[in-house]
This record gives sequence, C-alpha cells and structure tokens, in this order.
Amino acid sequence: MAIDKSPNANALKQTFDRRMFVLGAVQGGVGLLLAARMGYIAVGENEKYQMEAESNRVNLTLIPPRRGWILDRHGSPLASNRADFRVDIIPDRLDDADREITLLASLLRLDDVAVADLRQRVDEAQGFQAVQVAAGVSLDDYAAVSLRAPELPGVVPQRGYSRYYPTGPAVGHLIGYVGAASREEYEVEPVPLLVTPGFKLGKDGLEKQFEQVLRGQPGARRAEVTARGRVVRDLETREDVQGNSLRLTIDGPLQDYAARRLGLESGSVVVMDCQSGDLLCMSSMPSFDPNSFSEGIGRVEYQMLSQDERVPLRNKVLGGLYPPGSTLKPMAGMALLEAGVDPQETVVCGGGYRLGNRVFRCLGRHGPMTLHTAIAKSCNTYFYSMAHKHGYEIIADMARTLGLGEKYDLPVASQSYGTVPDAAWKLRRFEQEWTNSDSLNSVIGQGYVLANPLQLAVMASCIASGKRIRPRLVLGQGPEPGTFGYDPAHFEIVRQGMWEVVNGAGTAVRSKLPFDDITMGGKTGTAQVRGLSSGARGGAGVPWKYRDHGLFVFFAPVDRPRYAGAVVIEHGVGGSRSAAPVAKDVLTYLFDPQKGMDALHALEASWGGTAQERLASTYAAYASAAAGVRVAPETAMPVTGLRRVDAESRLPASPAEGAEPTEGADRSGGAA
Amino acid sequence: MKAMTLPPFLRHVPWAMLVPLTALVLFGGAVLHSAAGGSMSPYAWSHLIRFAVFLVMAFAISLAPRELVLKGAYPAYGLILLLLVLVEIVGKVGGGSQRWLDLGFIRLQPSELMKPTIVLALAYFYGLLPPGMVGSWRALAGPAVLIGLPVGLVLLQPDLGTGLAITFGGIVVLFLAGLPLWWFLGGAAAAVVAAPLAYFFALHDYQRNRVLTFLDPESDPLGTGYHITQSKIAIGSGGVFGKGFGNGTQSHLDYLPEPHTDFVFATMAEEWGLVGGIFTLLVFGIILAWGRNVSRAAPDRFSRLLAGGMTATIFFYVAINLMMVMGLAPVVGIPLPFMSHGGTSMMTNLICLGTLMMVDRWTRKGSSQGI
Repeated sequence: MAIDKSPNANALKQTFDRRMFVLGAVQGGVGLLLAARMGYIAVGENEKYQMEAESNRVNLTLIPPRRGWILDRHGSPLASNRADFRVDIIPDRLDDADREITLLASLLRLDDVAVADLRQRVDEAQGFQAVQVAAGVSLDDYAAVSLRAPELPGVVPQRGYSRYYPTGPAVGHLIGYVGAASREEYEVEPVPLLVTPGFKLGKDGLEKQFEQVLRGQPGARRAEVTARGRVVRDLETREDVQGNSLRLTIDGPLQDYAARRLGLESGSVVVMDCQSGDLLCMSSMPSFDPNSFSEGIGRVEYQMLSQDERVPLRNKVLGGLYPPGSTLKPMAGMALLEAGVDPQETVVCGGGYRLGNRVFRCLGRHGPMTLHTAIAKSCNTYFYSMAHKHGYEIIADMARTLGLGEKYDLPVASQSYGTVPDAAWKLRRFEQEWTNSDSLNSVIGQGYVLANPLQLAVMASCIASGKRIRPRLVLGQGPEPGTFGYDPAHFEIVRQGMWEVVNGAGTAVRSKLPFDDITMGGKTGTAQVRGLSSGARGGAGVPWKYRDHGLFVFFAPVDRPRYAGAVVIEHGVGGSRSAAPVAKDVLTYLFDPQKGMDALHALEASWGGTAQERLASTYAAYASAAAGVRVAPETAMPVTGLRRVDAESRLPASPAEGAEPTEGADRSGGAA
Repeated sequence: MKAMTLPPFLRHVPWAMLVPLTALVLFGGAVLHSAAGGSMSPYAWSHLIRFAVFLVMAFAISLAPRELVLKGAYPAYGLILLLLVLVEIVGKVGGGSQRWLDLGFIRLQPSELMKPTIVLALAYFYGLLPPGMVGSWRALAGPAVLIGLPVGLVLLQPDLGTGLAITFGGIVVLFLAGLPLWWFLGGAAAAVVAAPLAYFFALHDYQRNRVLTFLDPESDPLGTGYHITQSKIAIGSGGVFGKGFGNGTQSHLDYLPEPHTDFVFATMAEEWGLVGGIFTLLVFGIILAWGRNVSRAAPDRFSRLLAGGMTATIFFYVAINLMMVMGLAPVVGIPLPFMSHGGTSMMTNLICLGTLMMVDRWTRKGSSQGI
C-alpha cells in the first residue's frame, strides 16, 4: 500500500492536508503569540521589570548612626559608644524559632537564664521589632554566627556600637538609657531607622530629652544579595553622621563620688555651683546600671530592680518628695529678718510651744534662743513662736522666692515639684481655712510642705550666694543668676547660723570638714514618715520603711560660698546622723580628692565594693534565688582611655590626671 | 554533485533542520554554562554530550526499515505499557510514588517513552483501519483505549504534565486521521464542562494551587506565585538585547527557580533579551515546519500520521514550556526541548526527530523508486 488509490483514501488525504494546514496555522499562531508576549514583557514592561530585578538584587540596609556623646563639664564622656559585634533576631523572619535559638545558644554559649529570657522576648515581640540576642559579642563568636547564617534565617549578626556609660549606676537616673524602639515609639515616629536592628533611642533621662540632638544621621549600605539573603558583595556605602554631643554642667567624677558615697543608703545628693546655678552633681541611689539596659536588660534583672523597696528605678533627685523638716529654718530665718525681726530678739524654749490647749513640742529644752542659736540648735519653739507672731505668709513667700514649690526649666522628663502651702492653697485643695497650727507645722517643714532634693539645693544656693539661683544642666544654657531685693547682711546672719550648725554648738558638728581653712555651713533636717500626732517615733528601732528621712542642706566655703547642695537619705533616721556625713565627704572630695577618696575607699571596703560591683553581686544572688540559675560573675567594665569620669580619675595616680583641670585649682580658689 | 561524494548514510541528512537544531543546542549549552555560574559543569558538558549521544541514536532510528516499524508498533506500545504498570507496582511496594525504573545504568522514565510510542501505535491503528470506517465508532473505541490506559497510569503517578502531553499527541493523530470534526468540538465542549469538576475532585492540592496561582500570580508573590513572577522579572528585565552573557542577576542570585531546567528560557532571555528569544522561537519554527513538511510529503497514511504526531509532540513541549515561563499557562513541569538540562527530555525529543528523519528517508526512497 505504497500509494492510496481508493477515492475514500484520497478524501482522507485531502482531509489530512487541510487539517495539517490548520495545525500549522495553530503552531504558527502560538509562535506569534509567544513572540508578542515576550516583546510585551521585555520591551513594553521592561522598565517595571528592570526595577523589580534591581530591587530583588539590591538590599538597602540602614546603618544606625553613632550616637552623640554626653560630656561632663570638663569634656569627659559620661556616655560614649563602644564598637562591638552584636546579634539580633527579627522574629518575623525566623524559620523555626526553637531550632534557631537552640543553635544560637550553643554558638554564643548563652546560659539558661539568657535563653529563657530570649525565648520570652521573641514570643512577645512585635514582628517588625528586632530582638537582641547578644551585644558585645567577641569577634570569634560573631564569625561563628555569620558562618552559619544560611541555617539561621531571621538572625542578623552585625557590627555596631553600643552605648557605654563608664560610671554605670552613678549616672543611671540622670542620663537615662537607650533601647530598641517600642511599638508606641514607632507609631509616633514611623521612620525605618527606628526598626533597624541595632538602632537604639533614648528611653529615659537626658538620652530621651535630647534624642534628636544625639541621634545623628543614619548611613546606608547597598549590597547585592541572593534570594536567600546572603550578601554577594557590597555595592556602595554612605557613612553615618554621628549625633551632636551634649555637654552638661555635671562634674563627672563628683557625680560618681557622690553616688558611691551614698553607699547602702537610699538617697540623693545634689551639688550646685551656688554662684551660677550649674548643677555639678545629681546623684540618686540605689540605681540601675544603664549599661545593662542598653544591652537589653534581662527579665530577671528588671524584676529585681522593680521589686526593690528602695525603688532603684526612681530618680530621687527629681521624683522624690520629702517633708523638708528643719532644713527650712535658715529660709524661715531669712523671712523673719526681712520682716523686721531683730536677730537678737530671744524666745525662751521650755521644750515646746503652747497654742490654745495644744502643745507643739521642741526636741529639747533650749532656754533663751536668738535667731542664730535657734538655727544652730534647730529649736522649734523659736520658729513656732515667730511664725505665730508674724504669720506664715511671709515665710511661704520667701520659700517660693528661694525656689521651693517651683517647677524648674530643666530638660528633664518629669519633676515632682511639691508644695509650699498657704491659706489660698489650703482653701483650694481642702476647702478649709488656714489655721495657726498649720503655720506652726509648716514653719518647721512638716505638715503640708513637700520638696524634692533639687529644690532644697536651690534654696541652699540662694542663701549661700545671696543671688536668685535657678538650676542649669546644659553647659552654657539656662537662666542667669538674678538678684534679690533683700539685705545682704540678712543672708550673712543666716549663713553664720548655718556655720554654727557644723562648726560651733550645732546639730552637725561631727560633720565638720577636715580642713583648717575651709568650713562648711549647713542645716540638718529630720522628716517624719509617720504622722506626728500618732506619737510613734521614727528612730533606728523601727522597721526601715517607717524610719524618719534624714536631710541636710549645705554650702562651702562659708567665707566665700562656692558650692551649695542638699543630701537626702530616705529613712536615714536623722539629718545629722545620715545626711550630713555624706555632705562632708562630698565636699571634702571637691576640695581634696585624695582625702575624699580615702574616706570612700574605707567605707566601700566595709560595704563590699563599689556601687557597680555590689549591683552585680546582688543580681547574681537574686538570679540564683529567683530563677534558680547561676550567673557567672560579670567581669568589670573594660578600663579604657575614656574612663575619666569616675571618682578615682581625680587622684594624682590617675593616668588621666594631666588631661583635665584638677580640682586643686578650685580648692586654692575657693579657700583663698 | 557534491552530495554524491558524501557517504550514503549522510546523503539524506536533513541539513536544513539539523544545522539550526545544533545551533540551538549549542546556544542552550551557553545558557547552561551561565546558569552554572560560568562553568561548563555540571550542566553544559552533559547537555552537549547527551545531545551527541542521542543524535547518534536518532540516526540509528532513522535507518529502521518500514516493515520493522510496522511490526514493532504494538509490541513496543505493549512493552512501554507494561513498564508503566511496573513503575506503579514498584512505587506501591516501595511505599511512595515514583516515575522511573532504575535499570542500573539509566533511570528509565516509561511515561516519557510513551509520548512517541502512543503516536506510533495510533498511526499504526489508523494505517490499518479501512478508510470507510473512519466515521464509525470503531475508529474511536480502539484509540480511546490505547490513549486511556497509559494516561490513566501516568495520572496515577501522579504526573499531570506528561499525562496531558500523551493525550495531546494522541488527539492530534486522531485529528489528522480524519475523524469527524464534530467529535472534537463535542469533546472540547465536554472538556470545558469537565474542567471545573476535575479541578475540584481530581487534582491534587499542589496542582490546584498552581492553577490558582496562574490565574492570579500576584495573589501570593512569595508562595507559589513566586516562580511565575520571578520568571517574568527575568524575561522583562532582559529588554531587547539582554544584560549580556553571564550578567543575569535573577538566575545567578537564585531568584529564578530551576534556572537550568524548566525556566531555562527565562535564564536565556535575561542575558540575551528579546533577540535571543526570537532566535529560539525561529529555530523551533524551522524544526516544526520541517516536521510538517515531512509529514505532508510522506507516502502513506501510516507515515503521515506518524510524522504529524511526532511534530505535534515536540510542539506541545515547546508551547507549554514557553507559555509557562511567560505567565500564560500554569506551572507544569515540562522542560524546553533542546535547551533544558535533562537526559529524558533530550532522549524523547530526539526519538521524535529520529522518527521524522526515518519517515523522511522512506519518502525519498519511495520517490526515487517511483522515478
């Protein structure tokens, strides 16, 4: 059947040819369709797809900017940056969180607390938010994690900087700390930088207040990446611009000294330059270590801090309100003098003052008292009598003029500014008339009166200099000292009374400065924690939280005032017993660092180390009790060339000695 | 006169098809060289070697005498069908589905061999069928069984792409055999009705996903739509002249899935642009046109249907693959003939070409005898 001959076969051959033609047309048509489609994609939509290929290929990463430094008044960093290697997790991009965290833990040798902590944070994290695994990772560990990157999607090892606070807890409350942006912060400021792993913003204190100043401009890195995120090569990099530095009025070594000198107590120290208003130190202890916060504080550590009855998370300088007690007496004396009271006028103290059928007690039977001796002996009877006679209004006015009850113009997140009560205030607050007993309670700093330690320091500065002093925290900024219309001689009378308190027959003679040529003036105060009427005393015999607060305001040198300040020791029983000795050592350090350090070192030996060391050991003990795990004792912060703001840096042996003006110059200046 | 000096077995070599084909294979080798990150191994060398080996096989096929082919048509079909059953049994026993038989020296995929074999069997069937019976039910019943058995077995594997390819090859032979046109129209109508049913009841989840993704690739750009999207980016970003040999980022940075097999055309288009694409389409056009000419010139019904079916089988590969990479068809695992890396595809396509060359030889012999 080489050739079909039947007509039927011929018809089939024709059908075949027709249909073959149809098939050919279909094939040609499909070919044309494909060519057209390809032309459309490759030419018509070329631009779109080129962009998509480019955005596939190129990965843009922001480089968090280096944060501006926070400097003390001498230009030494209180907060700086340390280059380090870090590892972050982006929870959204994790493939198998369990496996990856286990692998990371073995690569980075994380202990059980850290791993438990990390799991919890990854579980709780918002998807976009980078969760820190570890900062300050060694180069070897960093390399180990980078090498396993293909097995660890969502894990980001990178070079970066971490915030470094050389004196740790000493500046915790003042400077605050930094951390990764929270969801709320991102909603307020929705810029990509905030969710860039490794970027930290100020969370508290000055770090938060000056966020925009300190932040700087992020850099950008363009890299060619594979579909799995492996970087093939870097294309180009724009450097970041470091944030501006912020120079404070704070004296770094003094800040550290005062914080450490507070020791085991819960309290605060404020020292000001009483001629200018510059805040030299605002120490509040116990505190937290902002370094731990910046590295992402562990759950256990945070728990420990928030459960402590001494509230290490509260800045006591600004947030602590106390009845100022007898520390108001110099101010009240000034008000009386201005009201025309003769300083030689005497009031006989028989142990109390009778108002109607109620007796207001004095702490002693002082006999005949003048203004001078009433300040020195802290005689309540004198001030009861005078307040009753001349009215409380003049004292409230003076209190306000000297800075009490005032919210200062300071770059801080919050201030508790307390109360200077008067008739109008009481009517407004309680809808009650002002009574004479209110006057008597208020004049000795009890009752409704409340002040924070900074206000007490401002009051002391005003009395010390005779100028209208308001606090300044940023060097070269803030209010200039003003003048009062008061008689300078009246200030001198009050200052003499305060001299007597420390150097004569007063309540704080044990806290006399160890110098022949420099003397300190001051006034002690004891603030009752439990109501006066309850009859219960707040001495050393009662539980800590019921003990009285100890307060002390001071200035020095008496003959030529330069420094003034306040010390408040919470539940410190009494001002002369707990607060005045701290003021003495702090001033001693200012005038003679060596002498001050000797005193501190002796004390720290009995307390068990510096504040930083104690915090670390407390944490280790707490963690083993709370979480049942052993925390390896943390090695001390590395000593770097930047470490010039600790108290020791002012000693002659300190390597940084030549690098900054020593307080020796201040001493000769102040003592001349 | 020059042709006379050639050795006899080269005298009738269809150079018009073979030269463009070789150019395409070499071009494919270059693309595979780039897909391997600028290296002849592991893809390019083996691609070229396979082409050489299977081309020799194609020449061997082309020498087969007509009587042998006629005699062997049904036994060959039976053998391949048996192998398909065997694959199914081995798969069941082994506790999982598989598509190949390990013969020690080669992993044989019987479903692939079925593509040319079904054409052979059907061509034989219609070659024997008396012309008067073309419109009767017998013209359909036998072929329906011939097609249905292997397709059923292949779908069991499950391998939708190959199943469709076998069906397509078979139907094209039926079409060319002159079966009444309304049967096809009716069948098409039935398919339109059956497609939704098949979608919901017969397809596997992953296959259903692929269809969904094809209909709306942007709905899931990181999931199953990823393949199509990345392929279109590769083709689209190539532009008219491409990014240049070895400069494709989509393939080199792993954005393109399967850059050396199913998506080899996208790999090519990114680096060679529209120009490369047109060249590829042209070569396929030449090969297919040659195949159609062979078919039309064939001396008898059997050879015509055989050649037409083989051409259609090659066409099906090309069309489905290119439509897939350009986002016109769902992702089904069908490689691009002569360019994709893969031995089975190369073998099947060269069996088709070998058969065409064989028919071509028969035609020349017949006509020279006739003269």
